[in-house]
Amino acid sequence: MKVPYSWMAEYCDPGLEPGVLAERLAMTGTEVERVARVGPPDPSGFVIGVVSEAGSHPDADRLSVCQVEVGDGLRTIVCGAPNVAAGQTVVVALPGAVMPDGNRIRKAKLRGVASEGMICSEVELGLGTESDGIMVLEEGLAAPGTPAAEVLALDEAVLELEVTPNRTDCFSVYGVAREAQAITGAELAPPPWQGPEVQTGGAVEAVVSVTVEDPEMCPRFTARAFTDVTIAPSPKWLQSRLVAAGQRPINNVVDITNYVMLLTGQPLHAFDLDLVPGGELTVRSAIEGERITTLDGIERELKPGMVLVCDRNGPAAIAGIMGGSVSEVSDSTTSVLLEAATWKGPNILKSSRELNLRSEASARFEKQLHPALAERAQIVAGKLFTEICGATVVEGMVDVSVGMPESRELKLRGGRVERILGMEIAIDEQAEALERLGFGVERDGSDLVITVPPDRYFDVTREIDLVEEVGRVNDLDRRLPATLPAGSDAVGGLSRQQTLQRRAEDSLRETGLNEIVGWSFTDPGEAARLRIAAPDPRATPVTLSNPLSEDQSVMRTTLLGSLLGAAQRNLSRGAERVGLFESGRVYLPAADVGPGPLGGDFPGKRRAPANELQHLAALVTGPLDPPSWSDTREAADFYALKGVLERLGAGLGVPLTVRPGEQPFLHPGRCGEVLASGSSLGWIGEIHPAIASEWDLVNCLAFEIELAGLLEASPLGNEVYEDFTPFPPVDRDVAVVIADEVAAGEVLAAVREAGGPLLVDTAIFDVYRGKGIAEDEKSIALRLRFRAADRTLSDEEVDPAWKAVVSALEGLGGRLRG
Amino acid sequence: MPSMVDRIEQIEAGGRQAVSAAASAAELEEVRVTWLGRKAELTAILRGIADLEPAERGPVGGAANRTRKALEAQIEERGAELAAAELETGLVEDRIDVTLPGSPARAVGHLHPITRTRRLIEDVMVGLGYRVMEGPEVEHDFYNFTALNHPEDHPARMLQDTFYVDPAGPVEAGDGPRDVLLRTHTSPMQVRAMEAAPPPIFMIVPGKTYRRDSDATHSPMFHQVEGLAVGEGITLADLKGTLLAMLREIFGPDREIRMRPHFFPFTEPSVEFDVSCFRCSGTGTLNDSSRCGLCKGIGWIELGGAGMVDPNVFGFVSDSGYDSDQITGFAFGFGIERIAMLRHGVGDLRLFFDNDVRLLEQFS
Repeated sequence: MKVPYSWMAEYCDPGLEPGVLAERLAMTGTEVERVARVGPPDPSGFVIGVVSEAGSHPDADRLSVCQVEVGDGLRTIVCGAPNVAAGQTVVVALPGAVMPDGNRIRKAKLRGVASEGMICSEVELGLGTESDGIMVLEEGLAAPGTPAAEVLALDEAVLELEVTPNRTDCFSVYGVAREAQAITGAELAPPPWQGPEVQTGGAVEAVVSVTVEDPEMCPRFTARAFTDVTIAPSPKWLQSRLVAAGQRPINNVVDITNYVMLLTGQPLHAFDLDLVPGGELTVRSAIEGERITTLDGIERELKPGMVLVCDRNGPAAIAGIMGGSVSEVSDSTTSVLLEAATWKGPNILKSSRELNLRSEASARFEKQLHPALAERAQIVAGKLFTEICGATVVEGMVDVSVGMPESRELKLRGGRVERILGMEIAIDEQAEALERLGFGVERDGSDLVITVPPDRYFDVTREIDLVEEVGRVNDLDRRLPATLPAGSDAVGGLSRQQTLQRRAEDSLRETGLNEIVGWSFTDPGEAARLRIAAPDPRATPVTLSNPLSEDQSVMRTTLLGSLLGAAQRNLSRGAERVGLFESGRVYLPAADVGPGPLGGDFPGKRRAPANELQHLAALVTGPLDPPSWSDTREAADFYALKGVLERLGAGLGVPLTVRPGEQPFLHPGRCGEVLASGSSLGWIGEIHPAIASEWDLVNCLAFEIELAGLLEASPLGNEVYEDFTPFPPVDRDVAVVIADEVAAGEVLAAVREAGGPLLVDTAIFDVYRGKGIAEDEKSIALRLRFRAADRTLSDEEVDPAWKAVVSALEGLGGRLRG
Repeated sequence: MPSMVDRIEQIEAGGRQAVSAAASAAELEEVRVTWLGRKAELTAILRGIADLEPAERGPVGGAANRTRKALEAQIEERGAELAAAELETGLVEDRIDVTLPGSPARAVGHLHPITRTRRLIEDVMVGLGYRVMEGPEVEHDFYNFTALNHPEDHPARMLQDTFYVDPAGPVEAGDGPRDVLLRTHTSPMQVRAMEAAPPPIFMIVPGKTYRRDSDATHSPMFHQVEGLAVGEGITLADLKGTLLAMLREIFGPDREIRMRPHFFPFTEPSVEFDVSCFRCSGTGTLNDSSRCGLCKGIGWIELGGAGMVDPNVFGFVSDSGYDSDQITGFAFGFGIERIAMLRHGVGDLRLFFDNDVRLLEQFS
């Protein structure tokens, strides 16, 4: 909302610099985007001039050489406007004047003729948005030499307000004046609609009739009629106010409707009464396929639900949004039917969105206006029609209405303001603040009984809304103390999951990986590129109905795509070493959830619509370590990344195991399933070379695991001390030759199982293939440690366990070596 | 003829001199053999004690033994001295080029600046007595809008502002094509948290949020932190004090807070809050009299929205013990990226999701 300062000051002049008032407004709830200036930066070089002679330029067809009286004598001014003529009263920019666009006017020769100034157009002065030539003022408006600022709004500050959507009252100049009064205490002039009420009915009913078919959509429709209207440009003062407020002047009738809307907040629409057959209007919903050409010359297709104002022949206006060209006011208009109606806000919003057509009117109507405003607008417009258009008012007003909403009374209980705000505001101060804001206030003991004015009817509906009003105009920011909640015995802290999540992330960071934050969205083709196919749930992503782009139209089901993309981008930008991890969510089909929020189990009565799991994933390509002069670095292999994974587990006290697994996007020979205490957490492996190459990557290792499961397996913080034994262990080494396809993990598991309670540790210390071993076999060397807690073991005691281990190894097809 | 005891004294004096003169471990060994070895005079004396007159045995034996011990001790001492000196000499010769670069330890990686900023905020709020909670990002309209007092036709519910999820997809959708959406703020957790537990509640909710917007200062995905404090006697002044304490931890002890009345559907009264600029100390002007670029000369930096929980919101959780006549509360929300951008001078929001290691590695 653009509010020309002088216009507001006509109703309330706080006597403050516009910038200071802007700050006060900002601190009381109405943000001021900026204080703009209309016109030149300094109006002093602009004077009124009278053209006494306008002749053609000897060397240029399009230029005129004029003699202009500017108070101190005649000046020769070369003018390029086609409309310049002797006798005109104009605005002259004298040499030295600075135009709104920053250009300084100088004495200059134009095609050989010296020119001492410039005759200005509206656009050049910043007073208009378009002009056909110089601005021609009313004859005799002011004597030559009069500073132009005395007769034109050449020096206007405009407050550009960012009105919050609840404050429909501030979409009007008078509303802003009331606000200025409330926050500064400056006096407020009576509203421009004050005066005798317009009588309903009367002579107007003979020329205008209105039928409202759907009163819910149109709670009030008022209409007045004016005859003997003379269409002409509006007076300059009105035009310049409109321009300053961001509107384009058109003609006096249209300008009055805009002016009254800006002043009162109630939009109006003027029909050429002679183009409304029989003066009959009907308000109804549009019929499928119906069309209308609106005032902007565009033909629009209407849909049922959109409300229309129709004449006998069809649509004459889209209610509350834009009029139709069929009964547009034109130069030949002599009678006007003036509509001021109240529309159902949500329907206006919906229709304007559907039509992709927003107007000053719809912007106000969509927020819901009170029906009382319609009459106010009619009163103000009626006066202006008489004054400016020389019109005759047809007596009375057509008023089709479901009646006024019931007046709203609210109680503001004593102590309530303090209870909510935490600062004391005396009851007299409260009452005064509300009165200044236009509320009716009565005392009832320690309470206040408040009547809400129409301007705030839909905004202030509860006691709490009054608390806000009282607070905001009472210098809230400066007066409000800064306290902490009293008597709070709340204990803060991170949950166990949150603490361990941080530890897991830190652990990956400490192994040299950089954390990324990837997009939650991805492209729907990603699953296919990773060869993930149904029935794998990762092939069925949560899909957006209205994505910004196809690339970001589904929610990711794996973190792998984000990591591959980040690796690709970094390598293409010259990074040598890419080791990345992400701790983030994937979005899977709704399923059983848990444990905890990281497992998708969130507080609240309704389950989350999708299964959101926190995953932890890492991707490495190239060496893990930075370059050094002392040794050559090797690209990370499977075991390098597995080491990272194991360290992650170790940091949480969780022994992670890996067994051969399968993932569609992994190298089939280098692919493992990650487990903790027997349950599957995810995968680790080398990205399939064909898939890696789609991201321009080679030799790329990755893992992805569910965080909740990992953390659930962690004993961290719950460890129980176990007395360590003073008795020495018995260590025995064994080498077993076994078929290549038997995994080391199977061998270890078999040995541990067979070794019984005395076998406390088993480790692989060598794997050998080559001379002396058949081609499809390998030799695995293991160190077994036996120990008892309460005695030194003898060889005899170890032997049975040893034999069990040996037969377990033989059971796997192995034989002891040498 | 000098007595045997005098001779022993002479031996001791000679031996001591020889030990002191030994310049290496090898020489010292020679000295030891000469003066204390099997063929040494002192050894012979000791061996011959039994042959002496009984009256001489005591004094001679005592003197000989003392001398032997004294020499042995001196040899040991000298040996240690020589060893230390030899070690020193050896070390001095064993030189390396200390100016060569070190062999790198496994490089330490870097947490994303959003993670670091989020943790900072969490730690500050934990210190103020808050718990940290997480909520779903794919959310029901009920929690994102309805229970937060957004009317049916609120502009934020329009297709151009909010991402909606296809209910035909793999989600548990309620009624209508617009039941499931990507949450547009972290505020839905206000209602979820109050449904799940009676007052008092002191919580923050960090997390991802989504809006259909994309330019240098808007990203379709971004991060917010929600705060909620609900209980008996909580006031707007408490909100101011809490935000001030938080902002001073994040931006420095001299910061001030400014609260400007505003409008949000789910708080009443509502405010926007600003922190005084930490670059120009809130003056809007730098030391060289130029305009402060961080706050654009205003002295204040806009951070987020806040207010007192609207009674209508409590109305949706009255079953769980929230009666707006008894219980009051405040809520606030702000962007994590915004804090990170301000603290670290990152100018373009989109850089955070580009994940260029040249950015990531600047934050250790």
